[in-house]
Amino acid sequence: MPKRYMVIVFRHLLTDALALRRPELKENPFVLAAPVKNRVIITAASPLAEQQGAFTGMAVADARAAVAELVVVDDIPGKAAKLLRLLGLWCIRYTPIVSVDLPDGLILDISGCTHLWAGEHGYLKEIVLKLRNAGFDARAAIADTPGAAWAVAHFAVSRPIVEADAQAKAIAGLPPAALRLSDEILERLQKLGFRTIGLLLSIPAQALRRRFGKELLLRLDQALGRAAEYPEPLIPPVPYVERLPCLEPIRNAPGIAIAIEKLLSALCMRLQAEGKGVRKAVLKCYRIDGRTVQTGITTNRGSHSVSHLLKLFELQISKIEPALGIELFVLEVPKVEEMETPQEQLWALDKGLEDTSLAEMLDRVAGKVGSQTIQRFLPAEHYWPERSVKAAKSITEEPETTWPMQMRPMRLLNPPEAIEVMALVPDNPPKLFIYKGKRHNITKADGPERIGREWWRDSGEHRDYYVVEDTDGQRYWVFRSGYYDGGDAQWYLHGYFA
Amino acid sequence: MAVEKREMIERLQKNILQWEGYRPPPVGMRNLVGLGLVEAAFPNGVFPVGAIHELVCGSSEQAAASGGLVTGILSVLMQQGGVCVWIGRARRLFAPALTLFGVEAHRVIFISLTKDKDALWVMEEALKCPGLKAVVCELGEINFKQSRRLQLAVEQSRVTGFVLRNAADKLGSTSCAARWQVRSLPSADMDGLPGIGYLRWQVDLLKVRNGQTGSWILEWQEGRFIPVEELTLIEERQVG
Repeated sequence: MPKRYMVIVFRHLLTDALALRRPELKENPFVLAAPVKNRVIITAASPLAEQQGAFTGMAVADARAAVAELVVVDDIPGKAAKLLRLLGLWCIRYTPIVSVDLPDGLILDISGCTHLWAGEHGYLKEIVLKLRNAGFDARAAIADTPGAAWAVAHFAVSRPIVEADAQAKAIAGLPPAALRLSDEILERLQKLGFRTIGLLLSIPAQALRRRFGKELLLRLDQALGRAAEYPEPLIPPVPYVERLPCLEPIRNAPGIAIAIEKLLSALCMRLQAEGKGVRKAVLKCYRIDGRTVQTGITTNRGSHSVSHLLKLFELQISKIEPALGIELFVLEVPKVEEMETPQEQLWALDKGLEDTSLAEMLDRVAGKVGSQTIQRFLPAEHYWPERSVKAAKSITEEPETTWPMQMRPMRLLNPPEAIEVMALVPDNPPKLFIYKGKRHNITKADGPERIGREWWRDSGEHRDYYVVEDTDGQRYWVFRSGYYDGGDAQWYLHGYFA
Repeated sequence: MAVEKREMIERLQKNILQWEGYRPPPVGMRNLVGLGLVEAAFPNGVFPVGAIHELVCGSSEQAAASGGLVTGILSVLMQQGGVCVWIGRARRLFAPALTLFGVEAHRVIFISLTKDKDALWVMEEALKCPGLKAVVCELGEINFKQSRRLQLAVEQSRVTGFVLRNAADKLGSTSCAARWQVRSLPSADMDGLPGIGYLRWQVDLLKVRNGQTGSWILEWQEGRFIPVEELTLIEERQVG
């Protein structure tokens, strides 16, 4: 079967995508710009901006001079590739083989697909209209080779469909830039007066090779169909989903456990082969009364161990209500993680927080009592006691600073509790304090340690902390809020020392 | 004849200890957790790791003191690296305090729970995990059956468990290896300097399985326990 290719080109890919996300930009001419060698250069201009004289490659300062109300948006590198990939995945509904052609196009292998849309004309119209309705300024062309289709899509004004074996005629009138050549060769061609591809075709290949190298001949052959070209097709990601239909509806816990085990062993086989681990899994149970019940697990670290994941699901089985019976189980994994394959060890080493058995234990605890109960603390650079620790984000996060070596109480009261205090001299440590009706006579005290309020965060008085010891030898952390002379100095108990 | 008999009895006692799971210490490995003379009260003269210890805390002050003693022991257990789990109630423990006792608080995983039932479940799961050095759990009450479950869990994994019991008024029997009580004592004067000296506790061993009970005064000085003076309270009593 003869091959047919379609090339779609998005002439304003980046600006169209931005205008779709931020419709208010459409009113004004806008450009995307990125800094290049101390100058900010326009990387993409909207149609309105182009009309008014701001083009890709201009410096933003020059463009601002030409277009008064120009809006400049920062360019995100790699955005075009992402957009083209998404558009390419969308195009897979028209043909199974789609490849991305950076910076602004897609190449579709449409051999044998077009009859479903009553020929190539209907096929092309369908895709281009759909894309234009979605807001993209798309043009397309069909030819026997990707090279010819590319040339026609980018440079021809009319007749987007090139008949079979008519590439030479179709591209003869187009400029040499339509051959996807490098700037250096284009410049040389320009100097020598080659204004169309037709002029090149009449010159013997040897002469062309001598003057312009292999690239020109290869591109020419690719466009005319004398050399093959293999664009790299997009492969859509296969979601991690397993299904288990049941002949008889499942109504009891052991049955559900067996179903989960079957699903997990199929899933984990695939994950092991790909070196990935489950971070989050959802089990959907379709009941015969038409309802769906679902339950999920999360893990602290990626896992593809059937026994561990099964243990986590077993904690959830009691929450599944089978009613009249479950006829279909679907296990979905919305979040996976790359996993390092652990080396088997002859003897156990102390791996600390990296230990797999520890992560599995924490997963089970999180499944039973909730992950919010598990915390690790890291030192934070604050003197204010309530802020001197912060919760770690992950199980392996390391502290950025060292723990402070000051005397700190083993147990902290949060919030501090008011106490009544007697002190001999205003700035002395207290002589006795009464907390919850019990009187503590103080024999020894250390202090004060003044901790200032972080005024850029909240307002209020500073604290003067004292470590005090009562006659029984019990040690407390008490503080006075503010100065004495304010009249409202209040004492608080904030913690117990060991 | 009498000497022979005594030797035989000693040998039998050693065998019994071994059958009960107490391993004799390797040569030169006494004073394993830095408690000094206190360790002599335990069978074979070694602090039993891979066992459950319960600490009776009647008040917040006692709980803080018990926390200090446990953290001091943890610092030795975690010296070679490793992680421990601290199961507590609604975040009462203040992490920076652990530094004073030689434990880096980021190597402690805190699990805050309010129900005893959950805390016991989590503790049992944690004790089964061989990747941990120790598990500390603050509980209201624990009965014999629950403590037996914990004991069975540690026999497999050799993790050391500490239970801080809040209810001091109704102490039922448990299968724990030792029952401790820690109380703060007034610190000693430091050469007439004002202020508070080294932290000082009275450490009572109320029950020791196959060992002797007793009472000691310990001080925390420069990162280790120092016995102040040995009180002659060791009773020739075995509690099994």
